[in-house]
Amino acid sequence: MNFVALIGRAFLGFLATAGRLVLFALAGVSHITRPPFYYRLIWRQMVDIGYYSLPVVGLTGLFAGMVLALQSYTGFARFSAEGAVATVVVLSMTRELGPVLAGLMVAGRIGASIAAEIGTMRVTEQIDALTTLATNPFKYLVAPRLFAGITMLPILVLVADIIGIFGGYVVSVYKLDFNAPNYLKRSWEFLEVVDVVSGLVKASVFGFLVTLMGCYQGYNSKRGAQGVGAATTNAVVSSSILILIFNYIITELFFSK
Amino acid sequence: MSANGNRSGNGPAQEPVILMRDVHKAFGAKQVLRGVDLDVGQRESVVIIGGSGTGKSVTLKCILGLLEPDQGSIKVDGEEVVGLTGQARDRINAKFGMLFQGAALFDSLRIWENVAFGLIQGRGMARAEAKKIAIEKMGMVGLGKHVADLFPAELSAGMQKRCGLARAIAADPEIIFFDEPTTGLDPIMSDVINDLIVQSVRDVGCSALTITHDMASARRIADRVAMLYMGQIIWAGPVDQIDRSGNEYLDQFIHGRPEGPIQLQVRAL
Repeated sequence: MNFVALIGRAFLGFLATAGRLVLFALAGVSHITRPPFYYRLIWRQMVDIGYYSLPVVGLTGLFAGMVLALQSYTGFARFSAEGAVATVVVLSMTRELGPVLAGLMVAGRIGASIAAEIGTMRVTEQIDALTTLATNPFKYLVAPRLFAGITMLPILVLVADIIGIFGGYVVSVYKLDFNAPNYLKRSWEFLEVVDVVSGLVKASVFGFLVTLMGCYQGYNSKRGAQGVGAATTNAVVSSSILILIFNYIITELFFSK
Repeated sequence: MSANGNRSGNGPAQEPVILMRDVHKAFGAKQVLRGVDLDVGQRESVVIIGGSGTGKSVTLKCILGLLEPDQGSIKVDGEEVVGLTGQARDRINAKFGMLFQGAALFDSLRIWENVAFGLIQGRGMARAEAKKIAIEKMGMVGLGKHVADLFPAELSAGMQKRCGLARAIAADPEIIFFDEPTTGLDPIMSDVINDLIVQSVRDVGCSALTITHDMASARRIADRVAMLYMGQIIWAGPVDQIDRSGNEYLDQFIHGRPEGPIQLQVRAL
């Protein structure tokens, strides 16, 4: 009986948390669309999430593309199908590796920083101070971050795609002795608009998830420094897991037959 | 006993700016407020005293709309505020100024931006004009121009409190709330802050509601004192009557005696 009660309690707790998260997300999204808009804060978040994440996302994309070329060459050479390397690199980068790796890197960099910043504001009463200064914390803290996440991740992923494909090209041409014009031709040949668009849609959703989890965990942070630490960890872990789950769902929606 | 009454203790002459009636608030099974009645008159300074965990902060947060009471009525300038949200709540909060216990300054903003926050974000004032007012208000609490462009982390605790006070009075509020204004400060700085509070309230011409357990501070800044114990106001009256109240709870508290009706719940390790 106790065991059943335990499961029931855990399930109810999960439902309550999911409900709170959905309500939080709806409130955040509704504030994105309603004035007043804090342009200065939105711009600052866009720079922080977009511009300052460029190095880490670019490096991740570069080495992912390079490794992809090396590994797929090793595999395809066994079937004398080395010509498929270019196609594999370009499709893998645009459909999967670009958005997922960029999403996970941003989850580590931005999700953690948002949770820590808002969590510290919560435990030092700065969020209460916002309310007493007639400023809605959702509009001031959450909405700019959600908007920046939704709009900046696709740009980051586009950059990661281009750098990753370039990394694959460099390895293929200068290390594996591919013919450069042929490699480029095969890269373009099988690339379709939907491959890039699906990656960008994923990026936008991942940007929303990372900023949402950072804001949610930080906003509900408790118990001083320990609570802020827990919020930061929870933000990174939960957004990483959600990225992988939603990656599958979006792939199903775009490409399942 | 309720905390109604003005300086003479015979009931407010004018309509109170804050009127609380039978306010209850629980967190799970823990009942924190058990029917708080409190009035704050116009241009009156009321101090709520009481030990830790008696519900002082919860009372304040219920008025500010940071917590929703489970039961009861809270009126600000005669308008019911329980249940207000969104712009209606913002309109009420625009009447308030608040000095938090830890100052609660925004780390990412410069001192003048902190002070001018309510003017810029709340009232849409131009930044240049708001900065001028911010520096003027900083002068009122003894902060020079040279700190205007510093960040909160570069100031001492006492200066942060002054900055918090300047932010609280920046928008010329009708009511200022002070949450433990002298906690964590040395006796001299505490006295400076107390004087600044008295002076600021007088200069701005507003009402004030303070929560504290610092009796020296309460005596300095209060017109009227209300004692909160176990989630209820158990005594209220003019500050000059607290030494002859005849209330044994209040006597024990103001003299800091360990023996008496108030039993501290200390759990042995």
